[in-house]
Amino acid sequence: MRKCSLEKLDSVFAEIANSFKLYLPVDDKDGKAKYSEWAEGVKWSNALNTVRSPKDFFFPQTEDLMGFKCSGKNIEIIDTRNESEDFVVFGVRACDVKSFDILDRVFLKDPVDSYYSNRRDHGIIISVACTRPAETCFCHTFGIDPTEPAGDISVWKTDSEVFWQSNTEKGAALLEKLQALTEECDADAVNDQKEKVSAIMKKLPLAGLTADKFGAGKTKELFDAPEWDSLSEACLGCGTCTFICPTCQCYDIKDFNTGKGVVRFRCWDSCMYSEFTKMSAGQPRLTQKERFRQRFMHKLVYYPENNDGLFSCVGCGRCLAKCPISMNIVKVMKTIGGKENE
Amino acid sequence: MQKITREQLIDKAVSLLSDGTVECVLGWEKGQFDYDITPAVFNDENELRENFVWNDFCGANFSKYLVSKTRKCNGKMLVFLKPCDTYSFNQLLTEHRFDREKVYAVGIPCEGMADIDKIKAACGDGIISIDASGDKLNVHTLYSDEPISVSAESVFAERCMNCKSKKHVAYDELLGEDGDVIESHRFDEVAEIEAMTPDERFAFWQNELSRCIRCNACRDACPACTCEKCVFDNPNSGVENKAAANSFEEKMFHIIRAFHVAGRCTDCGECSRVCPQHIPLHLLNRKFIKDINSFYGDYQAGAEVGTRAPLVDYTTDDLEPGEVFERGGDNA
Repeated sequence: MRKCSLEKLDSVFAEIANSFKLYLPVDDKDGKAKYSEWAEGVKWSNALNTVRSPKDFFFPQTEDLMGFKCSGKNIEIIDTRNESEDFVVFGVRACDVKSFDILDRVFLKDPVDSYYSNRRDHGIIISVACTRPAETCFCHTFGIDPTEPAGDISVWKTDSEVFWQSNTEKGAALLEKLQALTEECDADAVNDQKEKVSAIMKKLPLAGLTADKFGAGKTKELFDAPEWDSLSEACLGCGTCTFICPTCQCYDIKDFNTGKGVVRFRCWDSCMYSEFTKMSAGQPRLTQKERFRQRFMHKLVYYPENNDGLFSCVGCGRCLAKCPISMNIVKVMKTIGGKENE
Repeated sequence: MQKITREQLIDKAVSLLSDGTVECVLGWEKGQFDYDITPAVFNDENELRENFVWNDFCGANFSKYLVSKTRKCNGKMLVFLKPCDTYSFNQLLTEHRFDREKVYAVGIPCEGMADIDKIKAACGDGIISIDASGDKLNVHTLYSDEPISVSAESVFAERCMNCKSKKHVAYDELLGEDGDVIESHRFDEVAEIEAMTPDERFAFWQNELSRCIRCNACRDACPACTCEKCVFDNPNSGVENKAAANSFEEKMFHIIRAFHVAGRCTDCGECSRVCPQHIPLHLLNRKFIKDINSFYGDYQAGAEVGTRAPLVDYTTDDLEPGEVFERGGDNA
């Protein structure tokens, strides 16, 4: 483990930015954190997390997949990809780091999504341990320890120092470049912090939340639960939950007529939308209740079924904070998960 | 702190349920915390006593829900309406969007609703509970031993800081006292934007709208947006866009929406309340309201049922398009 003083952090950022594009959570003018590129004078946000998740780095909201240029009877296919440089994302919380694993299992499974894998290969993740979890946090429900975030490098920030621990070859290589700005140290301060934060985690309002009622093989038991009616009653059918979610991965592919050719692009889609997965026979889920159920069954039952029991929620709490009607996965888990979850 | 109590509302709902006036109740349901309240339909006294809530976080405007919920209800549905909600209620009635006979509206006074994001900004994360006393909110957090006290007014939602009316313009029954229409400062920020140069104004909206993630929450919460099928959701419309091809498209979506609701928007502020990216969408609508007021005389959508809005009512005194052009110049 290595450390540097908090004052030196800007020099560390500058050193990283010498070799890579460096992104980190930065407050906008309204005090909301979003991932922005670091430059001299840019300050790392104190916010617990960003409004949007970091999934954009690997799975952006829109991206061009390819172009078609037509001349006479010939169609030329153009590869529109232009990303070939390594980049660093600093300040990713444990929950969001875990979301990359969940996305990997979708996009890196055969057939590999080369757009996604290209960005994953070029991305270096520096995670940061949490010190002040919010009331909306429930990462522990999914076995995530916010004091021990994964990633290529894990970072712990105390009042005066920043501690660095590499977890991968990529991370070790980057930390190597920071030799001159950091010094070898023991893990005492980090262990102290872990202990304190773990104690806070036990006091969180959602500390007792479990996903025991959910998981692989629960489709028949839960699909027709009568509670879906009241849970989905007020759902507006907007896509806020899906778009701020770090693990929602659905997309649509469309062709855009540029006048001179065609650009094939993909964009995030939302199972909350009436046109989601529309086929020639129509949309398979005609009511908002069915669409609402799909989202939660996917995260809590279908995904685990296809991925060795892994849930596709990381408990980041974004949907708890942002749903216009305050309906969310925790309320679903408590209502359908039975009394023991209350 | 709200003057009317939760118990008064529950008692009213229970008596209307038990004498058969209404079949069900559209109200606010408590959540995990004191602030995450969900609109819900309550069917009996037990449900009400257990889960109904009325506090400083009951911002959701129920008027739009009446369009879909009254269709599912055979008898009457009780709905609680804050003063600003009653304008949306009237506007929807003007547009024949729900059956008035199926609704029993109880007007309830509102002292202003809090914006949880402002409370989080003032008190930090880790909010365990929030209680109101007088004009203060006491916020208990994981990270301070003592509750943090903030004045309710300092954490009002924007629309409540610029509250336009404490008067109910529609109800079958009123609980508590009715208030008055208020001289608000709601057009001040519009005037500031009007005073910008075109480049500044473009930069202002570019910055705001570039944050849009096209979640459509603004549209889906808007009581003036009640099309059964939105043109932007219809693949056959040619303008369906789940994603913006470029930054101009976000502006197009929001500007078209503002045009569509012009003259019908009551300025209820739901669009800005629900925006996960804090885009001040209400300013677009207020610009239209301000212009309509100055071109056609003061007009408040939803103040009465059945009025013809200036934009759909031809008179020989109407503004000529040329007059808008003549206002032109740098600030056009």
